[in-house]
Amino acid sequence: MLKFLYFFMIVVAGTGGELCVSRAMKQTGEVKDFRPGAVAKVLWRALSIKWMWLGVGLMTMAFFSLLAILSIEKVSFVVPVTALSYVAGALGGRFFLGEKISASRWTGIALVCVGVTLVFLGKG
Amino acid sequence: MDSHKPLHFKTFAMILIMIIAGPLGNVLLGKGMKSVGSTTVASFPELVHVVGRVFTSESVWLGIASLLTFFVANLLVLSWADYSFVQPASSMAYGVVALFSVFLLGEQVSPLRWLGIAIICAGVFVVGRTHPRTTEHS
Repeated sequence: MLKFLYFFMIVVAGTGGELCVSRAMKQTGEVKDFRPGAVAKVLWRALSIKWMWLGVGLMTMAFFSLLAILSIEKVSFVVPVTALSYVAGALGGRFFLGEKISASRWTGIALVCVGVTLVFLGKG
Repeated sequence: MDSHKPLHFKTFAMILIMIIAGPLGNVLLGKGMKSVGSTTVASFPELVHVVGRVFTSESVWLGIASLLTFFVANLLVLSWADYSFVQPASSMAYGVVALFSVFLLGEQVSPLRWLGIAIICAGVFVVGRTHPRTTEHS
């Protein structure tokens, strides 16, 4: 059950964190200057956006869960299972944001689920 | 109209960094955490002990550095490219992580698991290739 909790945290907190960070970076604006000083300035500006902090907090929780599960399971098992975050993202979009999920997107989600199932079954 | 815009070099470079640095980070973390051993803790002193072991592992720090590289590349690319574009493009990271696991960690990956990983890559690709906006502008 502990493993399930770790995977749950990686998938749900990780996806939520990515969406928050994505939103913050869109607010920050396009990066056109790649000199270290300019990149540092962009990151500093991003840190003034509350979505960035929420995102980083959620991603930190996901990260520590990843560390914990990696101490007991193979990398080639753990990382593919984390692809369930695409399922979480789509379901979150459908039920919390009211997005319409197209047939092709459902197909992709179904493929991810089939793939993760095979990864589980291929454990050995 | 034109759905085949040339991929900007900077986008390609960032995605390349992401699909190498991300899996490499996970593999290094995996290596480090295996050397740390069990992380199950029952008391605060045990927690301090485990955290101490985790953060004195060289592989864990290298893994964190690699994942930070991935994170910064991801941040930068998301400032101009759509999440729904970056997502499918980075789907091959699942294949890369399996390759790294085999060649760098010596993990055994069964044929069924390889098939599962290939299907996951395909699924992530299909999810990301769908229309990025399904809600109306407010």
